Amino acid sequence: MSTTTVSQLDKVKDGPWNGGRSPWNLEYGKIMMWFFLVSDTFTFSAFLIMYGAQKFAQPTWIDADKVFQSIPGIAESGQPLVFVGIMTFILIMSSVTMVLAVDAGHRNKKNEVVKWMLWTILGGLCFLGCQAIEWTHLHHQGFWFGRNPATGLEGEAVAEALAPYFTKDIAYTAALQFANMFFTITGFHGFHVSIGVLLNIIVLCKTLNNTFQKSGSYLMVEKVGLYWHFVDLVWVFVFTFFYLI
Amino acid sequence: MSHHNENIAAVHGHEEHGGMDKKGIWRVFFVLLALTALEFLIALGFVHHWGIIEKGMFLNVVYIVLTLAKAYYIVAYFMHLKFEKSSFIVCCSVGLLFIVYFIILLLIEGDFLLDAFQSHPVFPNN
Repeated sequence: MSTTTVSQLDKVKDGPWNGGRSPWNLEYGKIMMWFFLVSDTFTFSAFLIMYGAQKFAQPTWIDADKVFQSIPGIAESGQPLVFVGIMTFILIMSSVTMVLAVDAGHRNKKNEVVKWMLWTILGGLCFLGCQAIEWTHLHHQGFWFGRNPATGLEGEAVAEALAPYFTKDIAYTAALQFANMFFTITGFHGFHVSIGVLLNIIVLCKTLNNTFQKSGSYLMVEKVGLYWHFVDLVWVFVFTFFYLI
Repeated sequence: MSHHNENIAAVHGHEEHGGMDKKGIWRVFFVLLALTALEFLIALGFVHHWGIIEKGMFLNVVYIVLTLAKAYYIVAYFMHLKFEKSSFIVCCSVGLLFIVYFIILLLIEGDFLLDAFQSHPVFPNN
C-alpha cells in the first residue's frame, strides 16, 4: 500500500508547466515580440484615451468630415473619408501580403517570400506617402503642433477662421487640441510604420542573402509580420476615432 | 538535452499549428474589406448622402463594434493568436482589461472637467 503512494510521488510530472519543455511551444523571440506589442498597445491606448478625454472635456469639437475632405490631385473639397479610405485599404492590403510572405516562409519558398515582402514594403511606403500628403495639406490649412488656423487672430476673426471646420459651436481650444492630438497620434503611428518598413527591408535583405534558407526557418519573417499587423491594427483604431467618430 | 530538443521543436514545429492556408488568408481579407466597406457605407451613404442617420452616440457604438470586430480578425487570424496555446492567449489579452478600466476612468474625468472648467469664471488678480 505504502509503496504505491511513494511511487506515485516519485513519478516525474510531465505537464506543460512542469519544466523541461516550452509550455507555449513558441520560440523566445516571438514571445518577446508579443510582449512588446502588448506594451505598445498600452502606449497607443493611452494616446487615444487621452483624445477621448479631451473630447469629453471640451464643450464643442471639430468636425473631422470638414477637416479632411480633399483627395490630392482630384478634389480640393467636398470628399470626406475617400482619401483616408484609400490609405486604410493600402494598409490592410499590405497586411495581407505580409501574411502571404509568412505563409510562403512556412513552405520554405524563398522567391515567394521575396515577392510578398516587396509588395508589403511597397504598401508601407505608399501609406507613408499618403500620410505625408495628408500632413502637408493640414499644415497648409494652418493646423500644426500648438497651432490652428486661427492662431494669432483676435476677436471675431477667430470664429471666422475656424468656422469651416466646425458644425457645432466654434472654440479655439477644441481646434488646438484636435491639431495637437492628430499630429501626435498619427505621427507616432507613422513612426511605427517607418520602423516597420525598415524592419521589412532588413528581413528582405536577409532573405535574399539566404540567411533563413540556411538556418532552415523563416521565423524572423513571422516576427516582423506580427509587428506589421500590429501597425495595421493601430490604424484601424486611429481611423475610427479620428475620421469616423 | 531534452530541454534543448523541445525548444528546437518550438522553432521548427510551426506547420503543426494548423491555422491559415491561402484560401483562409483571402477569406479574412474579404471580411476586413467588407467591414470597412460597411463603415464607409454608413458614413458616406447613410450619414452624408441620404441623411438617414445623424452622428451621435448610436453611430459611435456601431463604429466601435465594427472596429473591434476588425481588430479581432487581425489579431486572431493575421497575427495567428487564435491558434496559439490558450494560456498564451490569456497571458497576452488579460492585461487589456486595464485599458477598459482606463477608458472608463478618463471619460468620467473628462466629463467632470467639462462642467468644472465652464461653471466658474476666472477673476483677474491685480
